[in-house]
Amino acid sequence: MNAFLEPLQYPFMLRAFAASVMVGVLCAVMGTYVVLRGMAFLGDALAHAILPGVAIAYLLHGNLLVGALVAAVVIALGIGVFSRQGTIKEDTAIGILFAAALSLGVALISSIKTYAVDLSHILFGNVLGVSSADLWLTGGLGLLILLTVLLLFKPFLVISFDPVLAATMRLPADLLRMLMLVLLALTVVVSLQTVGVGLAAAMLVTPAATAYLLTRRLVPMMLLSALLGGLSSVIGLYLSYYIDVVSGAAIVLTATLFFLFAFLFGPRQGVWRRKESAA
Amino acid sequence: MFDISQRLEIRNASIGYGDKIVLHDLTFSVPHGARVAVVGPNGAGKSTLFKALVGLLPLRSGQIFIHGLPLGNHKDCVAYVPQREDVDWRFPVTVRDVVMMGRYDHQGWFGGASREDQQAVSKSLAQMGIANLAGSSIGDLSGGQQQRVFLARALAQEPHILLMDEPFTGVDMTTQDATLGLLDDLRPADVTAMIATHDLNLAAGKFDLLLLLNHRVIAFGTPSEVMKQENLATAFGSRMAVLADGSVVIDECCPPE
Repeated sequence: MNAFLEPLQYPFMLRAFAASVMVGVLCAVMGTYVVLRGMAFLGDALAHAILPGVAIAYLLHGNLLVGALVAAVVIALGIGVFSRQGTIKEDTAIGILFAAALSLGVALISSIKTYAVDLSHILFGNVLGVSSADLWLTGGLGLLILLTVLLLFKPFLVISFDPVLAATMRLPADLLRMLMLVLLALTVVVSLQTVGVGLAAAMLVTPAATAYLLTRRLVPMMLLSALLGGLSSVIGLYLSYYIDVVSGAAIVLTATLFFLFAFLFGPRQGVWRRKESAA
Repeated sequence: MFDISQRLEIRNASIGYGDKIVLHDLTFSVPHGARVAVVGPNGAGKSTLFKALVGLLPLRSGQIFIHGLPLGNHKDCVAYVPQREDVDWRFPVTVRDVVMMGRYDHQGWFGGASREDQQAVSKSLAQMGIANLAGSSIGDLSGGQQQRVFLARALAQEPHILLMDEPFTGVDMTTQDATLGLLDDLRPADVTAMIATHDLNLAAGKFDLLLLLNHRVIAFGTPSEVMKQENLATAFGSRMAVLADGSVVIDECCPPE
């Protein structure tokens, strides 16, 4: 049997492919904003901050994703509220909330007797254990996020590129920023399944940063980022199947390889190209 | 009470950040289509005034009226050309994309660009002499070209009031001329322009009215009314020297960081 088709005969692998491609694409699209607005730290913080939500859901025998969702939205709104007051800087607000939420999560999880396996799933993802219900939730949330980005493309562009123009046009900038944080939080939650909280930030940042090296227009950057995110997920899963490594790590490492190629050989600012033209 | 011919009227406005008030009790009014230079020492509050005019900073007290209505009643009537340092030039947008942003309010936030929008953008690009750069990334342009992109965007917005923050700083002569030429072109359309600059000669030579600021209005009027030794001394203090022949030297070359 063809090496490419072999993993696809297992239903759990099919679900894993579907989930990781969706997550890869979704992260990559939202990651475009993360990279352009300099929110990488925020993405990482959000990813860690959902831990208590997951732990509480686990203790209550609820759906882990729903728990994560609630925690992520609460944290995203919390960061928005803290930094909107202007009394403390945004990255300080993020730092405080992120550490507090992570600590709460660890405290809760350490109280669970059989935490070892589950914790590693939360931290590094468990794409092979994705259920059909998870898949539907991922698909639904993903569609919601992509539709919102499509619908609000122009307002998001203006608040990201030129907040002053947003003000002169009377855009509800605070509301839009808050909404963007919530979308980011939802994206992080969805990526919990495939790469876990530890590596979610990488899936947000790496494909988008790679695309940024290859194009200088926003829409192509988003599409290219999505393509790279999806492709990294597929290649990463195959790698994980054949050389037996944790799938989340394989996916992130694949995305990182793409980034390195773009960094070295990119048409615009590739290191290789600069050397060539200097010579 | 107010005169409808006053395009922009500021009454007892105080503006600041947090607890700090930068501008105290401003009162002045700018008539229809006037060209106003806002001058004053570094940190006098020129940018702060503009931020309040576009609605980025709330007023601590007082009021701003545009066409006799409080600020915020007119959605698309103020265009702002930012200082070049305030723009992220690495953002992945082309020249045409940036100018098209000026049309978003006209075309609606959820639809595409109409033929009218496309034409307005092309016309603005041509008017600023950058039609050939429409597809370029903004990061690949020279400083002067970058400025003209934002001038073109302001044109495409078809504003009633145009605000420019230090448009003459660090640009080539072509761009300086293009900026002044734009102001001439806008005059028949009765666009009111307020331009912050530290170039007093340019301000006195090319503008109808001067607003001399230093945390408050020091003087407001025609160049000959404003450019008096006592006014400049009040605004610039020890940074001003009067030479033996009566000419005035101001020790200040650059806008603040």
